Amino acid sequence: MTCSRRDFLKDAVGGTLASVMPLSAFTFISSAEAKAAIAESKVRWAFLVDTNKCVGCGLCVKACKNENEIPYDAEVTRTWVERYVITKDGKTHIDSPMGGRDGYTSMEIDGQEIDPDNIDKAFFVPKLCNQCDNPACVQVCPVGATYQTNDGVVLIDRNWCIGCGYCIMACPYGVRFFHPVHKVADKCNFCYHRISKGMEPACVECCSFGARRLANLKDPDDPVTKIITTERVAVLKDEYGTKPHVFYLGLDANVR
Amino acid sequence: MKWHVLRPLWVAIGLIGAILVARVFIVPDDFGVHGRNFTYGFYRLSNVQEWKDFPVKYQGREACVECHEENVHVHGASTHATVECENCHGPGVDHPDGVESLPLDTTRELCLRCHAYLEYPSSARGDLLGIEDRRHRRRNECIKCHNPHDPKEDMR
Repeated sequence: MTCSRRDFLKDAVGGTLASVMPLSAFTFISSAEAKAAIAESKVRWAFLVDTNKCVGCGLCVKACKNENEIPYDAEVTRTWVERYVITKDGKTHIDSPMGGRDGYTSMEIDGQEIDPDNIDKAFFVPKLCNQCDNPACVQVCPVGATYQTNDGVVLIDRNWCIGCGYCIMACPYGVRFFHPVHKVADKCNFCYHRISKGMEPACVECCSFGARRLANLKDPDDPVTKIITTERVAVLKDEYGTKPHVFYLGLDANVR
Repeated sequence: MKWHVLRPLWVAIGLIGAILVARVFIVPDDFGVHGRNFTYGFYRLSNVQEWKDFPVKYQGREACVECHEENVHVHGASTHATVECENCHGPGVDHPDGVESLPLDTTRELCLRCHAYLEYPSSARGDLLGIEDRRHRRRNECIKCHNPHDPKEDMR
C-alpha cells in the first residue's frame, strides 16, 4: 500500500477532527468553578434515635404521613416503628402493622397473644432513611433522579424519576417505596422543607418522649451531635459500607 | 469499503448526532455534577429548591400560643406538657385563615396509643400510666372524665 504525503496529511487532520468533535458535547469547567460546585457545606444532617425512650405510640408515623402527603391508608410510609418482643424460649416476635401508624395498643403480635410472664424483653425501634454517606440507592439510579445534597440528605427529583424501581431494590434498609400518587420512588428526607427553614422534622416535633432527634454533625456545639460523638451509638447494617447517618442509642442485637 | 457496509454506519452516526442535538434542548441547563462527584451528585440543581418549597403542615406550639395562650399555658404546666398540640388537634396548616377549625381527634384510640397498658419489662412503655382497654369504661371517650390538657385535674 502506498500513501502520498498529501493523503496522509488529509487523513490525519480528518481523523483528529472526527475524534475531537464528540468531545464538544461535554462542558469543561475551570478548577475555580469545580471548587465552588463542591463547596464545603456547614451542615451535615444526621439523626439520633433513642430506642430506650420509644413507647410505640406511632404519632411520628401519623405526623410524617400528614406532613409529607403520603396517602394515609396506603401501605407505604416514610418512617415506621417496629415492635420487638423476645420471649423466654429464645424466639423474637416482630411486627409493624401499617408501619405502627395507629400505635401499639395490644399485646397481640400477628394474631398471637403473648403471655407477659414469658417475655424477656420488649422494645420499639423507629426506622427512617439513613441518609447514607455512600447511598447505594443513588449509585444505581440510571437517570440522575436521586442524589445527595451538600448537607448530606438524599433527595428524589420527582420530575426526573422514571419509576424504574432500581433504588427501591438497592436500599438495604428498605426505606424506599413507590409513591402511589406521583408514581415515582419516594422516601424520608428528614423533612428537608422543614430543616432547611430551621424547624425540626415532623416526626421529631411530634415525638413526646424525645426518642427522635435531629443533629448537625458539623456543629460541634449541637447537643445531639455531642451525644453522637461522645456516647456509644450504633448504626443499622454497618457491614454494607453505606455509612448510615441515623444513629441508635440502646440498639439490640435482634434488630435487623 | 462497500456501500452496503457504509450506509448503516452513516445511519448510526446520524442517530448519535440527533441524540446529541436533542439532548441540548431536552436536558435542563442546571443538570450536571453539583455534589461531591458524578456518582452521588449528578442532578438537576433546581430540584433542591423545589423540595425546600414543599409546604409545611405542622406549625408547632409556638404558632398555637399566639391565640390560644390560656390553653397552651395550662397544657404546658401539666404532665402532658411534652405532647404537641397538633398530635391531637391535627396539623395547623392554613389555620385559622383557610381551615377554620382543626380536625380534633377525641377518640379513645388516640389516648390508647400511649395509655393502653403493655406489660413490657425494660421498655419505657411499661412505665406509662395505662389501662386495660377491655376493663376500663369501654364505651366512653376518655375525655368524658379526663382533661387532656391537664390530666391530673378531676373532672368528675
